[in-house]
Amino acid sequence: MEMVTVNIDGRKVEVPKGTTILDAAGKAGIKIPTLCYHPDQTVKANCRVCIVQVEGVELLQAACATAVAEGMAVRTNTTAVREARKTILELILAHHPQDCLTCIRNQNCELQTLAREYNIRDIRFEHVDDRIPLDLTSPGVHRDANKCIKCGRCIEVCERVQTASVYTKHDRGFDVTVSPVFNLGLGEVACINCGQCILACPVGAIYENDQHNDVWEAINDPEQHVVCQMAPAIRVSLAEEFGLNPGELAMGKIVAALRQIGFDKVMHTNFTADLTILEEGNELLQRIQNGGKLPMITSCSPGWIKFCEHFYPDFLDNLSTCKSPQQMFGALVKTYYAEKAGVDPARIYSVSFMPCTAKKFECTLPEMRSSGYQDVDAVLTTRELARMIREAGIDIARIEPEGFDPPMGMYTGAGVIFGATGGVMEAALRTVYEAVTGENLQDINFTAVRGMEGIKEATVDLAGLEVKVAVAHTTGNARKLLDAIRSGEKFYHFIEIMGCPGGCIGGGGQPIGTNNAQREKRIAAIYKEDIGMPLRKSHENPAIIQIYEEFLGQPLGHKSHELLHTHYTERSPYPFDETEDVR
Amino acid sequence: MMENSFISPAKRSVDEIIARFQGVKGGLLPALHGIDAEYRAIPEQALVKLAQAFDIPVSQVYGAATFYAKFAVGKRGRNIIRFCESAPCHIAGAAELIAAMEKHLGVKIGETTGDGKFTLELTQCVGACHSAPVFTINEQPYFDVTADMIPDILARF
Amino acid sequence: MVFAKEQRLVLKNYGKIDPASLEEYLAAGGYAALKKALAMNPDQIIGEVKRSGLRGRGGASFPTGLKWSFTAPLQAVQKYIVCNADEGEPGTYKDRLIMEHDPHLLVEAMTIAGYAVGATKGYIYIRGEYPQSQASLARAIENARAAGLMGENILDSGFDFDLEIRSGGFAFVCGEETAIIESIEGKRGEPRVRPPYPGVSGLWGQPTVVNNVETLANIPGILNRGGEWFARIGAAKYPGTKILTLSGDVANKAFVEAPTDTTLAEVINDFGGGVAGGKFQAVQVGGNSGGILPEALLNIPIDFDSLLAAGGSLGTGSVFVMNDTRDLAEAVKTMMRFFAHESCGKCTPCREGCRRLADFMVKLCAGNATAKDYQTAAGLAQVMNQTALCGLGQAAPTPFQTAMRFFGDRLETRLAK
Repeated sequence: MEMVTVNIDGRKVEVPKGTTILDAAGKAGIKIPTLCYHPDQTVKANCRVCIVQVEGVELLQAACATAVAEGMAVRTNTTAVREARKTILELILAHHPQDCLTCIRNQNCELQTLAREYNIRDIRFEHVDDRIPLDLTSPGVHRDANKCIKCGRCIEVCERVQTASVYTKHDRGFDVTVSPVFNLGLGEVACINCGQCILACPVGAIYENDQHNDVWEAINDPEQHVVCQMAPAIRVSLAEEFGLNPGELAMGKIVAALRQIGFDKVMHTNFTADLTILEEGNELLQRIQNGGKLPMITSCSPGWIKFCEHFYPDFLDNLSTCKSPQQMFGALVKTYYAEKAGVDPARIYSVSFMPCTAKKFECTLPEMRSSGYQDVDAVLTTRELARMIREAGIDIARIEPEGFDPPMGMYTGAGVIFGATGGVMEAALRTVYEAVTGENLQDINFTAVRGMEGIKEATVDLAGLEVKVAVAHTTGNARKLLDAIRSGEKFYHFIEIMGCPGGCIGGGGQPIGTNNAQREKRIAAIYKEDIGMPLRKSHENPAIIQIYEEFLGQPLGHKSHELLHTHYTERSPYPFDETEDVR
Repeated sequence: MMENSFISPAKRSVDEIIARFQGVKGGLLPALHGIDAEYRAIPEQALVKLAQAFDIPVSQVYGAATFYAKFAVGKRGRNIIRFCESAPCHIAGAAELIAAMEKHLGVKIGETTGDGKFTLELTQCVGACHSAPVFTINEQPYFDVTADMIPDILARF
Repeated sequence: MVFAKEQRLVLKNYGKIDPASLEEYLAAGGYAALKKALAMNPDQIIGEVKRSGLRGRGGASFPTGLKWSFTAPLQAVQKYIVCNADEGEPGTYKDRLIMEHDPHLLVEAMTIAGYAVGATKGYIYIRGEYPQSQASLARAIENARAAGLMGENILDSGFDFDLEIRSGGFAFVCGEETAIIESIEGKRGEPRVRPPYPGVSGLWGQPTVVNNVETLANIPGILNRGGEWFARIGAAKYPGTKILTLSGDVANKAFVEAPTDTTLAEVINDFGGGVAGGKFQAVQVGGNSGGILPEALLNIPIDFDSLLAAGGSLGTGSVFVMNDTRDLAEAVKTMMRFFAHESCGKCTPCREGCRRLADFMVKLCAGNATAKDYQTAAGLAQVMNQTALCGLGQAAPTPFQTAMRFFGDRLETRLAK
């Protein structure tokens, strides 16, 4: 690899040819400010914040977009550069609502941070208010287009990573706006609610539908019996909201905090993750043995499900009929749990903590009322959970850990790994392999399906049957996989699809600052937790054995079908269908 | 695409226009021009048809259609009158001519006459500065126009 | 008006042949350059163009031979020639003259250019405001095809070349070479980050040469009469002729093709018949993106480098004259509003800055601008020069900046008391 030596602010640094000034400066220990730049995206170079002086070049150059050359001398901080940066920031701020104190991204906003770092004390341009109404049409993702700084990061993640392509720039110049077609709301177009755009947005223009005050209300209502579940991804990532590394926060502390906040019962989605494996594993075997529709595709990611409904409705029959663990949990809380605890289900307020914004949509679906009530009343993201903990004044690092409540608080490592891409597949294989062969899986660490590669494939020998499996994460990779199946190029028996990059740990409800490097850390924490579990196979979970014995009967039995299985809805990829010609 | 801007009596349908450009590299813009030439606007339904024909997201079609000032997504009048507002025409008296046109038609810049016949818009220099001020109707320029010539010109439509 | 210095080289056929007739073009010596070129090596052609010293006539003034030499040696699945006929600078209509009155000149030139760089496909991107130019070129291309001068195996040379016309959609920014490429690809006409440059990666990622109409129109002449002949005409570092289009307060609002060592004074007075309706106040050369220049600079030759050194810009060669009855601040306001309308919106300094400068001029003309506003605008203008992503944003503040420099008093008297 050819190396070049460059001089940045007087410091010499040697980097591979083709390195950008931004990265070379980073290596030299010099931080150049950026705004539209994102490490997981293409270079856009439109904010012009990262401009620097290259010796011998008259115009200032964008550090993110300019490759270094041998002998190049760069000054990142001349008076002219600072003046230019301040002017650019003032221009953005003058076209941006100045409500930092009440903004959802207060103290967590890239623009606000730059305004502080560049000591903006006077905005020399008259403030312009675009007066665009808020977009509240989606139950998961809300938008305030007035705050948009036109960086294009949301457009890229939606178009290139997720391939739902709901956002576009429209019109031009000062009036250019980023929104769905015809300025419709996200709830009116083929948005899958994955919330990746929230993670991409540097400011408060896109954010979750924050419902944590609804939960406070329920907790404060003495009539309501408030129960919660939480996803495996929560434990590894909640730590980041409090300045810790992924996985550094012990699970027991989160349980204790939730009790202190006022939840009557704290249980875990991993329980129903284990349950899902029993139901889905049996469903897979049935399909393979009885010539049912293959490949069977997992159905626990509501972002993926909505994507399938809009763009690949021909695969709806391939989806497992199993509900997601969240929704199985919700149905059981107001039936099984209510019975066992002797609580009137009408009084139960069921809350779910998720790394996910799509689950705010999932819980409102008409088919998610198997208990006779709305099975899950409220879904709160990791970020909203952190808000409740802060509002309650809890010192989460130092609180004494506590245990989960029965009967739905016990889980195995197989449930834990649901949070990472490949986790559902691995969990299923751990159980299905034993069920078919009668033997223990030699090494239950099915590493072939782990990791950040977009599409992973493997073949498992199940007592002579070569079972082909695939794992995809991001709906963009789902698209590639399904196109290959549609065209006949590929065949699989079983596919796991997660809507978000890295799986649920990379979901739209996760702490701001989620990027691929952070996702890898969270994945590592998930598998570390799995190794530390006393039980690592779903079918060994005594609480699962118990719920079948005393309540459900058999996997795929009548009660399961009533409470734990669902159906899907074909949706159009377009905001309106137009087959009639126009004359 | 190099069609005369007068609409032929047998109007081509959106599907027919799109079919001509499907398979042409970068054909979305020529298709939009074709629809604009026929309909003086881009009907909303056409955006979905274009997305299907070119196998691109409808958001991209919308983004492209709204970028170019020539197109209007939605409806416009049957004839588009555009006044140049660039400096050479401006100093030659464009403002007075615009006022005369607005008075004659009873609508302001940006509006369409009640009978749907004319839409008034502003545009930038159309390269006819030797005869400023200039306006165009359906992209055909009219040179050295004075206010009293307006009624006769419009009567031809 | 007879102007002794005029030399119709590019416009040699103007008014002398029926532009719709291929026969008349041939009879006037047309396609001789193409025949000559096809018998040469592409290297030789590029050498001739380099020898001529021809520089781009669209405003950027990049040496044409050099530009072609970046693309010619590259191996690619497909290379392209794009003719930039998106002539959007206010006051400019030189390319329209060529396209409407001698379309075959452009067709022939593009074919030669294609041969020289190894491109078998060309696009002519003609602004949407020029329906006659589009019709004229379409007819010429059809006629050329019918006569075997376009298409497969042109004149038995083994060289295939074909042209397609694309229409602009009223977006000035599409005159920027990467924006034109985005537009041909069917997208929003937003300029790209460079590098890579179009010569290496342009249309659909393939090597693409983008040239202005007038630049290309010089090529057949250079092939016919040699690069050295061309290099002897006009200014040494910017040789040849330039088509200038006059507008505003001149007696003769017309066009002239003059050698590049002609002075502005000669253009305005000798050709233009002098200032009309009053005394000379200012002249803006090169369109809206060009500088507004005072009387003191009228003796400058019109070549690109001389004008640049004086604080102006040849740009497209439009010459817009204002007499002393004109409100200069009002004129600058109109120009800044143009940029606010045409900014594509991609980068912060241009998207926000063009509008802010226009707003400032509105405020100034209304008598409400403060000294602080003025200072802020001046600082903003400089930041735009230095940081905008493309030439539009970089040049947009020019009318305001030159007005400040050469006519500062006329702006300052409008400040709020």
